[in-house]
Amino acid sequence: MSLSDRVACEDVVMFVNAAVTSTGQREFRAGAAEQRMSLDFLHEYVLGNYRDLYAATLALDVNHFNAAIVVTNLLRTAHLAGPDQRAVEGRLIAARLRLLPPQRAYRVFRELRRLGVNNRRTRAIIRDWVAARPDPAFDAVKYRRSLSIAARHAHLSLPAEVGTVLFDWRRPKRYGTPILETWRRAHYEQRALYELPYTVAEGLAVRHGINRARFLTGIAPKLTDGERLRLRTSARRLEVAAIGTDLPRVPLTRLASYVLSLSRPERVRRGAELTGALRAAARRAAGRQAGSWGRVVAVLDDSYSASGSGVKRRRPLAVALATHYLLETLAADYTGLWLSHRGDPLLVHPIGPTGLGARILDGLERRPDRLVVVSDGWDNAPPGQAAEVLRVWRSRLDPEERTSVVHLNPVYESDSFDVRRLAPAVATVGVRDAEDAAALVELARFSTGTATFDELRAHLADRVARFLAVPVPVTGPGPDDAAVAA
Amino acid sequence: MTAVGGDRPDTGRGLPEPVDTTGAGPAGLDLTGLVAGPAQVWGAVRLQPLLRTAPIADLRLHARLYDPDEVSVVKVGPRTAYVAYVPHAFVASWTTDATPAATYGTQLRDPEATGQPRGIGLHFRRRMARRDDKRRLRFLPLHLALEGYLALQFGGPAIAWEEWTRQAVTRGLSPRAEAAYTGVGIPGLADALRIFEIHPEQCGMLLYVADALAAAFVVPHPDDYRALHPTLLQDLYGELVHQYAHLYPAVPEFQTTLDDARVHTVADLRAELDRSRTAWSELDLLLVDGFPGATQLSSEPVYRMGRYTLSRFLPAFTPDTENHIGESITDEGGRLAYLKTFRLSAAQTRRGHLLGQLAAYDWNLDATAEALGTDRPGLVLRLDRSGFGHLLRPDILDACRNQARRLRRGRPRPPVG
Repeated sequence: MSLSDRVACEDVVMFVNAAVTSTGQREFRAGAAEQRMSLDFLHEYVLGNYRDLYAATLALDVNHFNAAIVVTNLLRTAHLAGPDQRAVEGRLIAARLRLLPPQRAYRVFRELRRLGVNNRRTRAIIRDWVAARPDPAFDAVKYRRSLSIAARHAHLSLPAEVGTVLFDWRRPKRYGTPILETWRRAHYEQRALYELPYTVAEGLAVRHGINRARFLTGIAPKLTDGERLRLRTSARRLEVAAIGTDLPRVPLTRLASYVLSLSRPERVRRGAELTGALRAAARRAAGRQAGSWGRVVAVLDDSYSASGSGVKRRRPLAVALATHYLLETLAADYTGLWLSHRGDPLLVHPIGPTGLGARILDGLERRPDRLVVVSDGWDNAPPGQAAEVLRVWRSRLDPEERTSVVHLNPVYESDSFDVRRLAPAVATVGVRDAEDAAALVELARFSTGTATFDELRAHLADRVARFLAVPVPVTGPGPDDAAVAA
Repeated sequence: MTAVGGDRPDTGRGLPEPVDTTGAGPAGLDLTGLVAGPAQVWGAVRLQPLLRTAPIADLRLHARLYDPDEVSVVKVGPRTAYVAYVPHAFVASWTTDATPAATYGTQLRDPEATGQPRGIGLHFRRRMARRDDKRRLRFLPLHLALEGYLALQFGGPAIAWEEWTRQAVTRGLSPRAEAAYTGVGIPGLADALRIFEIHPEQCGMLLYVADALAAAFVVPHPDDYRALHPTLLQDLYGELVHQYAHLYPAVPEFQTTLDDARVHTVADLRAELDRSRTAWSELDLLLVDGFPGATQLSSEPVYRMGRYTLSRFLPAFTPDTENHIGESITDEGGRLAYLKTFRLSAAQTRRGHLLGQLAAYDWNLDATAEALGTDRPGLVLRLDRSGFGHLLRPDILDACRNQARRLRRGRPRPPVG
């Protein structure tokens, strides 16, 4: 493989690692501003050098934050792309925008407005996205400001009452659309606000002076799964029974974050319930792959740095915990080794230094088919020992590579524009949600120099084809035909 | 910071009494029981944990936080006070309720105004180390050592040689001041302390800035360390540490290497790991054993509490080596329970050295000059540069300055260009 191809491979994998892990928020070691600056540079670099691959990353599991930046950057520099490129980019952008949570997509439109990007193509993309929304009236209530910005920016013609509610809501005596009428009444009448989405009702409830416990009891049926999980602790404190006692069906890593937010005595008390929920979430995430990974050993980092930062509380530890349960489902025979914790993984706690070397050897000694290391890559007790153990293991004890080693890193390092590596020969993958890990591991081999650039292109083309072929998931009521006149 | 005597009953009268401070205590630092762990690096700051396999349980320390904005005035003896952190202030009794305060410099105020001028509260504390309660001692960390350094030859000339001013003979070196930086002012230190991963059995820390030993900190028990770790940021650090932190962007990290030729089985690899760990500890013990000038420390006991002794130590003030002042608590066997050090800057060392030499020769200028390998004008100018010029009679000082100027003028000028 030529040097330029190899560099290109590494660049793209580096970018994907960054785009999966970084959220532009403060991490344990780096501040938010450093992260943003580093990430902005990386986006500019890959966009300038590998535009088609940059667009193709939209088909991968990059996080919403980075997907939004990619979309914005592609639209901002559309004049630099050829007609063929634009056609592919347009389809990728449209498909990705539909996958984004609505508030994220609206934020992209706000950013486009701020940057003054308002060409015909951008307007068409916004128009199509809004037209595909299941219920514009609902959006007009829940994402009121965002929808109005998007409508003004892209000159959308909205259905009559939606337009009125955005721009002149006090004028009509009543609305024909039920949700708009409910929203109007909720300004004057307490009972009506319980039929609104939680985030909208919350503000109105404060205005009506409704106490929190009563409000939560009333709004409970309207909560989404994520909101239900988020409100459980405060509901318990306020003794609101209506939020429910069983854990909602949320993704595995989010559930792990929730578990780690509980105090350890509470985790002990609810041990069976929490373990059950985590196992169920892991089974959902693993799907048909369950039990197919053979003998697996995981070395999981629970050192002090796994506590994350104030804005990403215990995120690295939550990823490790989620990976533990996911691998337990994926593997036929599984052992999870924490650095300092022994016993029930539910009680894991970030403490102590990161002495990965000896623990990796404990794992390798069991001769597994796969060794998975989840760590932020700072091996400091003593430094560099993990890399040495892996190197000597590979050269002296396992030259036939019977054990495949993969390192999952949940933390983006802004100085090196990548996630921190344990050892040069070990595939390192950035990971944000443990459930994406299986898909991301495929990409890791391109960074260790064992696959060619053409293979990488082929892999990405394949992912793009699959991504574009997937029918758009439609949730809720179908799109209102009158929503947008094209 | 408070030292708490544990379960052991006090010997004697039940009251810990200040010990006889005339005789110097045992010199050197006995670091038995402490093992150095692998260092963690952040920028120019290298933090090396000190681990204790068997923690000391009958002596415990905890922090007592004072308001960071207030100034402390510590009465250390009759008519002698130690004042720390007085930023450009006039000290006076401004407040109506007779509590003392210091204003921030000169302030222009409307005489009609009723409010107080902006100022910071002063807090008076009695003695550096003071019994708070039965088996409980309050002492001011580092200030105890710094006060010892400031009080060095504080009394001034013992014999009223004619060269010294009246003030020098009657009032000594009073007042004598030294500056230091708080940890907050050291760039990168706050981050380094925040992200440092504390070992479960950690009882201390060696702090290097640009690979110069800045401070050593040892406590009896890991729980104490965990509680006191953030106080490292509130400590004092010398000028040198501050400069190094500014000048050096990063220090390299020591990397482990394993010898793969020796590895044939898993057991071999494990043995190799153990071997590298031992090599680490040996390397680090060297660093600890080589605690600069540890054999020449002159230590002075301050307080005895049960089987423990609180003492402060001063270095030999050799100008061409590192010099650390500090305080320690040792048990009856001389084993270290608590240690905190402060690295003196080169200028501070020179001042200490100069005062030491003057005292050794009874403040006789000629004898001291001979001992220092110079002549009288040389020594006088040196005293003047060190900030002790006000102790000498002005006419002597002027004569020496003139002589030096004449000498400089007599020399051929260096060629220009």
